[in-house]
Amino acid sequence: MQFDQILQYTLSGLSTGAIYALIGIGFSIIYNSTGIINFAQGEFVMLGGMLTLFFIGVLKLPIWAAMPCAVLVSALGGLLFERLAIRPLRQPTPINIVIITIGGRILIRGLAMLLWGKDTHSLPPFSGDDPIAIGGATILPQHLWILAITVVIIAANKFFFYHTISGKAMRACSYNSRAAGLVGIDVRRMVLFSFVISSAMGAVAGIIVAPLTMTAYDVGVMLGLKGFCAAIIGGMSSGVATVVGGLILGVLESLGAGLISSGYKDAIAFIILLLILFIRPQGLFGKAESERV
Amino acid sequence: MLRLKNINTYYGKVHALKNVSLHLAEGEIVTLIGANGAGKTTILNTISGVTPAAAGELQFNKETISALAPDRIVKLGISQVPEGRQVFKPLSVEDNLELGAYLRYRNREGKDTIHKDMEQIFTLFPRLEERRRQLAGTMSGGEQQMLAIGRALMAKPRMLLLDEPSMGLAPLVVQEIFKVLAQLRQEHGTTILLVEQNAKAALKLADRGYVLETGKVILEGQADELLENAEVKRAYLGKDKKEIWER
Repeated sequence: MQFDQILQYTLSGLSTGAIYALIGIGFSIIYNSTGIINFAQGEFVMLGGMLTLFFIGVLKLPIWAAMPCAVLVSALGGLLFERLAIRPLRQPTPINIVIITIGGRILIRGLAMLLWGKDTHSLPPFSGDDPIAIGGATILPQHLWILAITVVIIAANKFFFYHTISGKAMRACSYNSRAAGLVGIDVRRMVLFSFVISSAMGAVAGIIVAPLTMTAYDVGVMLGLKGFCAAIIGGMSSGVATVVGGLILGVLESLGAGLISSGYKDAIAFIILLLILFIRPQGLFGKAESERV
Repeated sequence: MLRLKNINTYYGKVHALKNVSLHLAEGEIVTLIGANGAGKTTILNTISGVTPAAAGELQFNKETISALAPDRIVKLGISQVPEGRQVFKPLSVEDNLELGAYLRYRNREGKDTIHKDMEQIFTLFPRLEERRRQLAGTMSGGEQQMLAIGRALMAKPRMLLLDEPSMGLAPLVVQEIFKVLAQLRQEHGTTILLVEQNAKAALKLADRGYVLETGKVILEGQADELLENAEVKRAYLGKDKKEIWER
């Protein structure tokens, strides 16, 4: 029985972990190209879910059309955020940027509350509610959707950053933006791209998790922090390390909630965050970078 | 081809370039020599749009280009090989070269022509071909310098700005790199502005030179004349010192 329970917690932990991973990669992409921790990242997760509901409920779109629309609008939101709030900063100091992204987050959340109210909503699952038995545990079809979509997005991400000229240019910018400018890469455009990609990924995370956890104007706060935590565990990598970070976080959280007490669910994430920051600030898999001249 | 007129550039409050004027004709190799902090790098960065001039005019083919961003300057055909090479270390040699052609990709130039040019870079620097899949950061300093030059050439520039390409390299490698620069001018008519600490080698390669001191041009002339100039000899070629020591 104990084993079944652990399996159950692990499986559901993996799917929430996948969500954290997607959000965390969003944090990392922006961090790597600008050095900014975008604290507004979580709000794009919220926008994904809420906009999907809006498109279904108000504009009467079918769910398969509402989802891409919600992602597009969120990506547009990320674009506007960069253009209006980040780019105008002439000589930004870290504290300026932290305050601005937190301000952006309060603004987006406030607008969402005014538009859609304070109610909690749920999105219908993508394909039914019938649980699937795996060993002694059961999972919902939505869990599988989450895992599958996460895998697809991460693979697409990897392809983009490693096999397309724009992706390589973004990596070049994140490594050395001055040299990138000197080969003709428009650095500001790459920064803009990074905000667009991150907000789109956040929105996807928000959409696929909404059928499981419900959504409301304020879900971005907690999901954003969990995603940040995943990114920290992964050492702000925009690749596998953050995915593993997210999965570890999801599983530990789920095991902790199940075996200790569900009241501690969120505390566990933040204890991990603090431990990592104290003990291994370069991330679980990071190593101090060595320079060769 | 390129003309700087009374350029003044500041780093914060530091007045780094004071009324600098210089020019390059098409196909020329011109060198800037001077001590550390004389403003050589600043001149290149002002041309490239990294540290724009506060006053003065920058002309390229009679067009004013003073206020353009670095990527626009590259688009015009002026590429810089920055000081300290600054290759993209986590990326492979091939990726670095591809990124050198970034603007050509954006102009929808075919991958085939770009890869053909990459092969040309490999004939110029055969060592890069051996290491084409290796990460740039794992190569030696000389190889990184070759890559930095190759990356700049991938943009098919009409003018190449080089910032201390010989820094920290073995004499043989320096020779190889300088040979390639001469070859570039001969075969492609590339105009070259070369910043060097190694004044002797630079003046031997160049047609003309400018001597800088604390942000000002203090001397200019034909390279062979500068090589014979007593002041230059004393300050930058270290001749006198050696003679005194030998006496």
